Amino acid sequence: MDKRIATLAEAVADIPDGATVMIGGFGGSGAPIELIHALIDRFLATGSPKDLTVINNNAGNGHVGIAALIEQGMVRKMVCSFPRSADPRVFTDRYLAGEIELELVPQGTLAERIRAGGAGIPAFFTPTSFGTDLAKGKPVQEFEGRSYVMERWLKADFTLIKAELGDHYGNLTYRMAARNFSPIMAMAGAKTIVQVTRAVEPGGIEPENVITPGIFVDAIVEVPAPAQEEALNRANAHYPEVQA
Amino acid sequence: MTAKLSNAQIAWRAAQDIADGAYVNLGIGFPEMVAKFQPPGRQAVFHTENGVLGFGEAPAPGTEDWDLINAGKKAITLKPGAAFFHHADSFAMVRGGHLYVAILGAYQVAETGDLANWSTGPKGVPAVGGAMDLVHGAKRVAVLTDHVTKDGKPKLVEKCTLPLTGVGCVTRVYTSLAVVDIEDGHFVLREKVAGLSFDDLQAVTGAKLHFDGPVADIDVPEV
Repeated sequence: MDKRIATLAEAVADIPDGATVMIGGFGGSGAPIELIHALIDRFLATGSPKDLTVINNNAGNGHVGIAALIEQGMVRKMVCSFPRSADPRVFTDRYLAGEIELELVPQGTLAERIRAGGAGIPAFFTPTSFGTDLAKGKPVQEFEGRSYVMERWLKADFTLIKAELGDHYGNLTYRMAARNFSPIMAMAGAKTIVQVTRAVEPGGIEPENVITPGIFVDAIVEVPAPAQEEALNRANAHYPEVQA
Repeated sequence: MTAKLSNAQIAWRAAQDIADGAYVNLGIGFPEMVAKFQPPGRQAVFHTENGVLGFGEAPAPGTEDWDLINAGKKAITLKPGAAFFHHADSFAMVRGGHLYVAILGAYQVAETGDLANWSTGPKGVPAVGGAMDLVHGAKRVAVLTDHVTKDGKPKLVEKCTLPLTGVGCVTRVYTSLAVVDIEDGHFVLREKVAGLSFDDLQAVTGAKLHFDGPVADIDVPEV
């Protein structure tokens, strides 16, 4: 058992056109920038993958990461709670031009739909969004005198996340608030691909400290010193780099 | 009309109602100011929905760690005893009734407790974030707001005209002119700024103000 993969290119080689892809991160925190950029490299070389449905809390910031994926025209639909950011122009322009679809989901409902997808629960009832525009067309049921909206699970063909430590079995830890959606997305992806900042031998993570057990992980690729989206945006970075 | 409270003074007043040890979520923007005004001897534990309990002040510029941010994507620091958790757990804390209070901003609040604070209409790109989750589950949902809009229209109304965030969810409103509870589908006036007559307050309120006891002057220092 060894889930390590040598290169980012190999890690993302199997993602086909039309795939649904969950991408970890809340804003830049936890965003697997190098995996996303490897997907862009493949698209620029081969024309695939395209027509992706991307599930993330946001819809990109600036011109790197998810924003760069959208800028290349690889994304058909975003499923997110908050498609705004410090610099949301890439998504905004395409959305207002009718070139990209948006499924807007309240943040906690997004998290629970992903958790449900990973846990084999096809639907659940939540108080969130009852009586609002975002509940339109959804079944409502009363429990103990309160009304709840039925929401369905979310699953993905592939999940791309960033973790801090990862061992050969795919056991993972995360760094601070970069954890956010990654543990539940790891559960909800048919194939979960993880960039880890440091790959360790089995036993290199104390069992007590494992946050995501390796059963939810299919592949890990080591990316030491990963880029931070916020730092890239403060430097006005573009991916791929804009030639002066 | 009598001087109204500043945003900082509204936040100060709301902070006086937070018990020691309470778990509290502060909405992005103006409600974040509440953290600065905790009374001496009381310490709340602040929750931010991206997955942190027990965060503190912003770090000094240049010392930010971008893996350590709040729901507004601003850099934060940790207090001793802080905890990290994933998003599903974070919203379990919200919907599961584990927060003592969520303190939010508002475009409109109705006397029924309905809240509109996420969308001003169908233009542009819609974005909801955690707004619709935060209004459910906290034992109390408090709103901080100017009493009227920039063009003088009431924000406390009989029925919200903007898209709803939640139905029957708000329990108390702290405005620039008053403290109002929502009970049984009514606005119940608790406090108002000194020197403001009841008639003048009612004139800028879009639904009937009720009483069930004496109305105190809001006692707020310059902050």
